[in-house]
Amino acid sequence: MSQLSVLERLEILADAAKYDASCASSGTTKRNSKGGKGIGSTEGMGICHAYAPDGRCISLLKILLTNHCVFDCHYCVNRKSSNTRRARFNPQEVVDLTLSFYRRNYIEGLFLSSGIVKSSSHTMEQLIEVARILREEHDFRGYIHLKTIPEADPELVAQAGLYADRVSINVELPTVAGLTRLAPDKSAPQIEGAMGSLKQAIVEAKDARKRFRHAPKFAPAGQSTQMIVGADAATDTDIVGRASTLYDRFRLRRVYYSAFSPIPDASAVLPLKRPPLMREHRLYQSDWLMRFYGYAPHEVQQAAGADGMLPLDIDPKLAWALRFRGDFPIDVNRAPREKLLRVPGLGVKAVNALVAVRRQRRLRLADVGKLTVSIAKVRPFIVAEDWRPVLLTDRVDLQSLLVPSVKPTQMELFA
Amino acid sequence: MKPFRDMRLAEAFRIQLAAPDDFEDWRNAARRMIRADVPPDRITWESPADQSADLFAHGDRRLPPPPADAPQPRASRDFLQLAQSVILHSDSKRFSLLYRVLWRLQSCPRLMEDKADPDVRSMEDLARQVRRDIHKMRAFVRFRLVESVNSEQVEHYVAWFEPEHHILRANAGFFVRRFTTMRWSILTPRGCLHWDGETLQEGPPATRADAPSGDPVEALWRGYYASIFNPARLKIGAMLKEMPRKYWKNMPEAALIPELIAGAQAREARMVKAGEQDFGERPQSLDAIGDAILACRRCEIGCNGTRAVMGEGASTATLMIVGEQPGDTEEEQSRPFVGPAGRLLRTHLEEAGIPDRRTYVTNAVKHFKFLPRGKRRLHQNPTAKEIDVCRWWLDGERALVKPRLVLALGASAARSLLGKTVSVQKVRGEPHMLDDGSELWITTHPSYLLRLQDHGRAEEEIKFANDLRKVAARLSELFERGSPQD
Repeated sequence: MSQLSVLERLEILADAAKYDASCASSGTTKRNSKGGKGIGSTEGMGICHAYAPDGRCISLLKILLTNHCVFDCHYCVNRKSSNTRRARFNPQEVVDLTLSFYRRNYIEGLFLSSGIVKSSSHTMEQLIEVARILREEHDFRGYIHLKTIPEADPELVAQAGLYADRVSINVELPTVAGLTRLAPDKSAPQIEGAMGSLKQAIVEAKDARKRFRHAPKFAPAGQSTQMIVGADAATDTDIVGRASTLYDRFRLRRVYYSAFSPIPDASAVLPLKRPPLMREHRLYQSDWLMRFYGYAPHEVQQAAGADGMLPLDIDPKLAWALRFRGDFPIDVNRAPREKLLRVPGLGVKAVNALVAVRRQRRLRLADVGKLTVSIAKVRPFIVAEDWRPVLLTDRVDLQSLLVPSVKPTQMELFA
Repeated sequence: MKPFRDMRLAEAFRIQLAAPDDFEDWRNAARRMIRADVPPDRITWESPADQSADLFAHGDRRLPPPPADAPQPRASRDFLQLAQSVILHSDSKRFSLLYRVLWRLQSCPRLMEDKADPDVRSMEDLARQVRRDIHKMRAFVRFRLVESVNSEQVEHYVAWFEPEHHILRANAGFFVRRFTTMRWSILTPRGCLHWDGETLQEGPPATRADAPSGDPVEALWRGYYASIFNPARLKIGAMLKEMPRKYWKNMPEAALIPELIAGAQAREARMVKAGEQDFGERPQSLDAIGDAILACRRCEIGCNGTRAVMGEGASTATLMIVGEQPGDTEEEQSRPFVGPAGRLLRTHLEEAGIPDRRTYVTNAVKHFKFLPRGKRRLHQNPTAKEIDVCRWWLDGERALVKPRLVLALGASAARSLLGKTVSVQKVRGEPHMLDDGSELWITTHPSYLLRLQDHGRAEEEIKFANDLRKVAARLSELFERGSPQD
């Protein structure tokens, strides 16, 4: 077989990597290339250098080192039994690509993953080699995210953290049953064990740096994971519960959700129908509620219907508010910040602004209107100086008043 | 009341700033005017980039001397911070907005906290637009490598960018910190930046023609952009929100967007079709499955013109025996296990004491896969994909027959039941639990025995017989516990 060109291999290996949702390049230490031999900087906030028509940002060069794989996970386009085209890069080629993209300001850095070749440890060594060349030989100071292979030698995983800003291990599926069925070669205890030891290493390195200024940094942007949504029977309630245990147990920075999407040459075990993209969006919203709005996992789960699914037509915050109307209306002039955060339509910024303004004067409905996108959405849930929703909060058809986009049907004339 | 005030009301002033983004200059002038007690509506602000919109604007260019005893103007830190961003905006009214807020701050020092105040909100809006423009410049600047005239020169990277606001100078630090060791230039219609690795220089406005028109690496970048895009999840709105069309003309990858969008639905449809397994409702009887597999064209074997072979045996059998696929003889007679391998199997079943009436025999794959060689049809192993697709039918048979034991002959049958490829020699001779609660036993395929010679054959045949004996023992064990059948 003739050798494929760099472009052809890049296309194959980028195509194979696109099902990883994460592209974050934020949350690491601040550094720049002043006084160094190479290039690169990270300034806290990540930068999205382009957006693809799928609405996802392109921040990192996201590729696999190779898409050959000895595993046979049904949801994966690179599984052993798939007849997708195969290619591989050697570490130096990935380094060259990363640097030439970085110099032209196309990317923030590299997100490298790989299919498993020979053995898990061998594959991990190759991934680390790329990071090592970038950091040591080229003094590259941009962002590096390494996907870690749970089955690899723990020593290697520890080494990855020394070069990378972020390390991640995918839990793949929200339930153990799903994992056994769809990823027969992977084991849930092994994945969790590896996440546990990564957490340990991150915590230890942080601690060491408090005491010794020159202690090495270990994955300063922390670890993240990804779950595939809609490939198994897990409900949103299951997924939210699973995500919150992961956050607690492994101190993850992020749990990414990837709506299962049809892949070329799919395995016969998979569902053919994809879950609505909206489902992924609602799960991210619920994630936000837990991380920034002070909702407990069981409260987010209360927003789900009897079937354990979050409503698709309204966001989980509104769903929760409609279910617990007894907690509303909330007085914007008196209620504590946590209560204000529960009002549908009020974001964190708006709440901060409201709290700042009310130190000076009483808030009227018009003031709230200036600080939010849609006062109509907020109105039924608040009390202001000149506003009281009276019966509005308790109206049965409140949802349809707030979300008219859900196909307004003509009322019967004599109903 | 101050004696000057009434007289000054009639006066108007024009203030000419040195540069459109010079905060210090504005600040000095503003302090002076506040101290001289000049109200906001008496001042017209101008800068080289912002000629007064009011053609009839008039006013004294000489600024009034502030009274010696006038107090120092006060401004909160929030105001100063926000104002430094606001001043970079291209809106020519920004200077007077800032002055108006500064004027109001003198009597209302906590004004900035009132986020609902219209002036404060305008400042926040302008600052947000400036911050966004700064961020987008960091994201969307695309450097191109200039062919160097002589090889000793350091590589020179040049970019063309069109910022919306006066952010070029404010953004220089970012590019210096990131590309310290590179030689680069950023050209814009509002001015240029040049970095040689040590010092930063500013240049006059440039045009697009001054920048290089291409770079060979862009082909790789475009290839990457097109491949990382997932056509199964089109969200054009989300893309446009973050990457509005106005930026597209200076981004090499953006030219691909229309064709990617146009091709997306077709690509997704192709993917779904290629992976088509939408079998619909499960057939409710074995006969229905037998009819349906004849018409099944969901994999290549199904389309090779052979006749599908259905399983046969007791419809309530306790033991289901699964082979790989029909062979030459089986396909001709349209019955499973009637060829040489089938005869060998039957001999062994009899020896082990497994009666026909308790078994149902079938195959993992229902069609015969072969390679034509002259008049003969050479057996070919089905691929994992073909086995996985055909699993639907086997699952249907299992759901109807409900066997307590399943015996898989060979690796293909094992895959069809377990969903993964296993090594038969490692997993044979012991029970495996299937998800419907039945027990799976795995052994070699009899045709494997037929291919072996002499000693090897004798050895393997003993192992095969042992496996069958174990299955027979398990079978009678199940019956002693009292099975409804038999």
